[in-house]
Amino acid sequence: MSKAYVTKSPWVVHYDGSSCNGCDIEVLACLMPMYDVERFGIINCGNPKHADVFLVTGTVNEQNKDVVKQIYEQMPEPKVVVAIGICACSGGIFKDCYNVLGGVDQVIPVDAYVPGCAARPEAIIDAVVTGLGILQAKRDAMVEAIDAPAAIEAPAAPAAASAPSAVKYPPIFTMAEIKVNAELYKK
Amino acid sequence: MGKRTIVPFGPQHPVLPEPLHLDLVLEDETVVDVIPSIGYIHRGLEKLCETKDYNQMVYVIERICGICSFGHGWGASAAIEGAMGVEIPERAEYLRTILHELSRVHSHLLWLGLMADAFGFESLFNHCWRVRETVLDLFEKNTGGRVIFSICKPGGMRKDISNENLKEMVEVLNGLKAEIKEITDVFINDASVKNRMTGVGVLTKEEAVELCAVGPTVRGSGVAQDLRLAGDHGVYHELGFEPVVEEAGDCMARTIVRIRELLQSIELIEKAVAKIPDGPVDCKVPKTVDGEFATRLEQPRGEAFYYAKGAGSKFLKRMRVRTPTNINIPALVKMLGGSDLADVPILALTIDPCISCTER
Ligand code: SF4
Repeated sequence: MSKAYVTKSPWVVHYDGSSCNGCDIEVLACLMPMYDVERFGIINCGNPKHADVFLVTGTVNEQNKDVVKQIYEQMPEPKVVVAIGICACSGGIFKDCYNVLGGVDQVIPVDAYVPGCAARPEAIIDAVVTGLGILQAKRDAMVEAIDAPAAIEAPAAPAAASAPSAVKYPPIFTMAEIKVNAELYKK
Repeated sequence: MGKRTIVPFGPQHPVLPEPLHLDLVLEDETVVDVIPSIGYIHRGLEKLCETKDYNQMVYVIERICGICSFGHGWGASAAIEGAMGVEIPERAEYLRTILHELSRVHSHLLWLGLMADAFGFESLFNHCWRVRETVLDLFEKNTGGRVIFSICKPGGMRKDISNENLKEMVEVLNGLKAEIKEITDVFINDASVKNRMTGVGVLTKEEAVELCAVGPTVRGSGVAQDLRLAGDHGVYHELGFEPVVEEAGDCMARTIVRIRELLQSIELIEKAVAKIPDGPVDCKVPKTVDGEFATRLEQPRGEAFYYAKGAGSKFLKRMRVRTPTNINIPALVKMLGGSDLADVPILALTIDPCISCTER
């Protein structure tokens, strides 16, 4: 059975941690006619419960870390987190600020990182497409976990829930690698 | 009297790209009270500035806000230049004015788009941002960055922009005028847009003055308050600048102020390019900063205040920035009182909030 690389329309939700807005407006610019990620079926939905991909810009601090966690937890599995901009990756220029804990990966697991200050729209799109490969891998792993005989004997739900974290996938792909990886994951 | 309900608005909300949190106290569908709470973006940039020398500091200040980053760089550089007592060359003043007005064009187009999104006009949103991309291309060509430029420095500009490039900039902007008019006509004349904005969120002249509103918010209420008129910075007095004022004080008036400013900025750029003198773009500055200086600048969102105090070394003792959204929040709370729940997104956007400026 042949499978398309992207079978679903991935919806994204965007949250601004404590960025300078530079990366936020670049995220929005990706959705606009110039870059137009809607041609991949990507829609900014604004509701974490409908989203597959979580785009975070900016650092985390004491006040917003719970918000970031809550949005992440509200998203249904499988899900992918993309940290956009150097300050979401590591704290960047704000690293030494007293109210900054560091990159987003301090509070939630991050699947793809976009460097740059501000991150360029091309880089953001590349990361989201990379994220889609990871999303597909996580989805396949969940399906496999549900189909596996062990999962049928044991209660199915916990196995499915814990499966995604057990998946091994390369942290960052190039576009060419994604296609190769997608082939691998099919097997 | 109906039962009171509290509805949280934000920090994560579809119309807000930024985390602003409002607790809306509702009676049926009417907002009776608003409790704003901020602090989701506070980073502590003013403190960080004290650990960087005055040249590095400009990079930090620019990242207060990615939308008006040029203005922040200019304000901070001007404050430091004032503390040092240096005068920058005239060409640098002209270049700063041109880039600042170009920032205003991009900022107002961005805001028009977000406003269209807030009342659910998705295609208008897309058109505004499509036009904005052309302006970003101009920025990228002339400064190297799309949103963060790092071209301003204490003592002038980091690099010159050639006269050919400036002429091309004017040509491109003039070419955009027709498209901008087409888009803004929809804002002004479309019946559904009018219904959403006319008479909504009225801020009278007295209230605007009393609440110390700034920028397009106060100019939409009939007060001709614009710091470009004061002429501390830039070459506005040589360009024959007149502030844009509208009388009605509602969302529509504030939108029209921004639309007219958009076209006015293009004209200002055109005039500045025609007059720009040749010459150096930076001058020698002392190695250390001593003394203190406070200055104000008209950002796309209103008046911003910069204060620098030197410590007799390369480092500053204190850098203080006060930004327009901060001052406009009382006006926002006033507008929200008595409004419909459905109008809250429009009203929240009408002051053009920039939360990362507010909290720094
Ligand atoms: S990476 Fe740079 S441009 Fe992006 S949000 Fe952070 S400071 Fe702003």
